[in-house]
Amino acid sequence: MLKALIWIAAGAALIALPHGLSFSQQEILVFLTINILLVTSYRLLTLTGEWSLAHVVIMGVGAYASALLTKEFGVYVPVAMLLGGLASALIAVILSLPLFRMKGFYFLIGSFAAGEIIRLLWKHFREPFGGAKGLKGIDPMPDFSIGIYDFDFFEPVSYFYFAGLIVIICMWILWRIERSPVGLTFHAVHWQDKLAEASGVNLRAYRTLAFAVASGFAGIGGALLAHYIGTINPGSFDLDYMVFVLTWAIVGGTGTFYGPILGCVVLTILNEIVLREMGFEQMRPLIYGAILIASILFLPNGLESIVQKFTRRRAKS
Amino acid sequence: MLDLLAQTGLNAVYAASYISLVAVGLVLIFGVMGVINFAHGELFMAGSYVVVAVYADMHMPFFLAVVVGLIFVGCLGLLMERALFRPLRDNPLGGLVASIGFLMILQALASIGFGVRMEFIPPVTQHVIWLSDSVSIPLARVYVIVAAILLLSALWYFLKRTRFGWALRASAQDPQAAELQGISIAHTARIAMFIGAGLAGIAGALTAPLISVNPHMGHSVIVTAFIVIIVGGVGSLEGAIIASVAYAFVHTFVTTFYGGVIADITGLMLMLIVLIVKPTGLFGSADRA
Repeated sequence: MLKALIWIAAGAALIALPHGLSFSQQEILVFLTINILLVTSYRLLTLTGEWSLAHVVIMGVGAYASALLTKEFGVYVPVAMLLGGLASALIAVILSLPLFRMKGFYFLIGSFAAGEIIRLLWKHFREPFGGAKGLKGIDPMPDFSIGIYDFDFFEPVSYFYFAGLIVIICMWILWRIERSPVGLTFHAVHWQDKLAEASGVNLRAYRTLAFAVASGFAGIGGALLAHYIGTINPGSFDLDYMVFVLTWAIVGGTGTFYGPILGCVVLTILNEIVLREMGFEQMRPLIYGAILIASILFLPNGLESIVQKFTRRRAKS
Repeated sequence: MLDLLAQTGLNAVYAASYISLVAVGLVLIFGVMGVINFAHGELFMAGSYVVVAVYADMHMPFFLAVVVGLIFVGCLGLLMERALFRPLRDNPLGGLVASIGFLMILQALASIGFGVRMEFIPPVTQHVIWLSDSVSIPLARVYVIVAAILLLSALWYFLKRTRFGWALRASAQDPQAAELQGISIAHTARIAMFIGAGLAGIAGALTAPLISVNPHMGHSVIVTAFIVIIVGGVGSLEGAIIASVAYAFVHTFVTTFYGGVIADITGLMLMLIVLIVKPTGLFGSADRA
C-alpha cells in the first residue's frame, strides 16, 4: 500500500516537474531523460564485465536508422523508433563477431575502433547519411491528443512526457531482465566466468546477448533524440559524448541499478544547471573535470555508496 | 609519379617522427604506471601552447620555448602522478576517469587563457630544401625529424645503458620483484611520468608552428597514439616506434591518394585487424596482455 502511494507520488512529481522549469531547462530535461535510458542500458553491458566505447555510436545507429526510415520510406515515427532499436541490436550482433574475441582493455579499445569506423562511414557517404553535415529536417513525432492533454511535440514538455513514458517502459524491461535468470547469468559471466563455463553457460552467447539488448535500448534512445532535435550528424555521437556516458556510469557506480542513473542526474544537474546559473560559462569544463577527479579519488565506489550507507543504517536501527 | 611518391614519403617521415614521440611516451607511462593516460593528447596540446606563450607572445627564441615546453609538460606529468595515479594505483578504471578529468581541465585552461580560436605562430624558418624539381621539405620539418631521432636515441641509451633505465624496465616488468631488489617504485614512476609527458610536450612544442594550435587539437593526437600502441603491442617501445613509422606511411599515402576520412578508416581497420588476429600487437609479448 505504502509502496503504491510512493509510486503514485513519484509519478505525479514527474508530471509536475517540467512546469517549474525554464524553457532551456525543459530541453535539458528531455536530453536527461534520453541519457538516463542510455546509461541504464550501458549498465546491462557492464554487468558482463565489458566496458564498451561504442555505445554512443550504436545509439547513433538507431538515430540514423529511424531518421532514414521516416525520411526515405515514410514509416510512422514510433514504429521507426522501434526499428531503429532493432537496427542497433543487429549492428551490435555483427560487431560482436570480431569484438568478443577480445576482453577487458582490448575490448575497450576494439569497441572504440569499431565505433569510430561506423562514425567515419557516416561522414564519408553523403548518400544516404548526409556526410559531415548529417541528416536535417527529420520528421518530428506527429502531434496527437489523448482527450485531457494535447501533445504538441515542438514543446519540450510534451516530448518529455512521451520520451519519459518510453524510457520508463524500457527501464522496466531492463530491470526485469537483470532480475531474471538471464540477468543472474550475466553476473556469473563477469564474476565467475570459469565456473559459469564449467556449468554449461555459453559465455560468448551471453556476452553477445547483453551487448545486443543494451545496444537495442541505446538505439531507441538515439531515435528519441533524432526525432526531437530534428537534425543529426556524425559529430552528435562523438567520443566526447561517450566520455560523458562513461563518467556518469563510473561516478554513479555500476554496482546497483540506480547507480548510473544517479551519476547521470547529479552530474547533468551540476554541469548544466548549477554551474550555468552560477555564471561559470567558460569555467564549466574545468569545474566538471575537477568534480570528476574528486569523486573518483574520494568516492571510489561511486555516488551509490552514499545511498547504500544511509539505507544500511536505516535497516540496522 | 615518382616525385609524388618521394614527396609523400618525406611527409610520412615527418609524421612518423612526432607520432613516435607521443606514442613512446604513452607506452612508457602505461608500462610503469599501468594506466592508459587519456590526457596524453592534451599534454601534446600543452606543449604547443607553451610555444604560443614563450615564442609567439613573448618573442623568446624558438629553441628556448621548446625546452620550456619539455620541462613544463614534464612537470604536468609529475603533477598527474602525484595527484591522480598514485592514489588510484589499484584502480585502473579510476585512473582512466581521473585522466579524463585532467584532460577537461587542461582543455578549459587553454581556452580560458588563449581563446578557442586557432593560434597564429610566426614560422621559425621559411627555408625550404629542394631535393629535386618537385620534391621539397621545409626546414622546420627537418628540425622535427632530427629532434625526434635524437630524443629517441637518448631515451634508448637511457633505458638500456643506465642504472636508472634498468630500474625503470624492471619495475615495468614486475613491480613487486623490482621493489624487493631495492628499487623505489615511486621514484621510477616519477621518472617515467616526467619523460613520458615531456616527450608529448616536446612533440607538441616542435610541431606547433606547423599545425593548427587550438584547445581541441589533442583529440586526433590521442586517437593516433592509441592506434599506434595497439598495433605495436602495448608496452613495447620498439613496437611503438616501428608502428608509428608504418602508420604514418599508410596514413599519409592513403590521405594523398584517397582522402583523409578513408585514411582514418584504414588506420582504425588496421588496429581492429591487429586486435582480432594478434591482440598483443605485432611486437608485444603474450604475458603482458
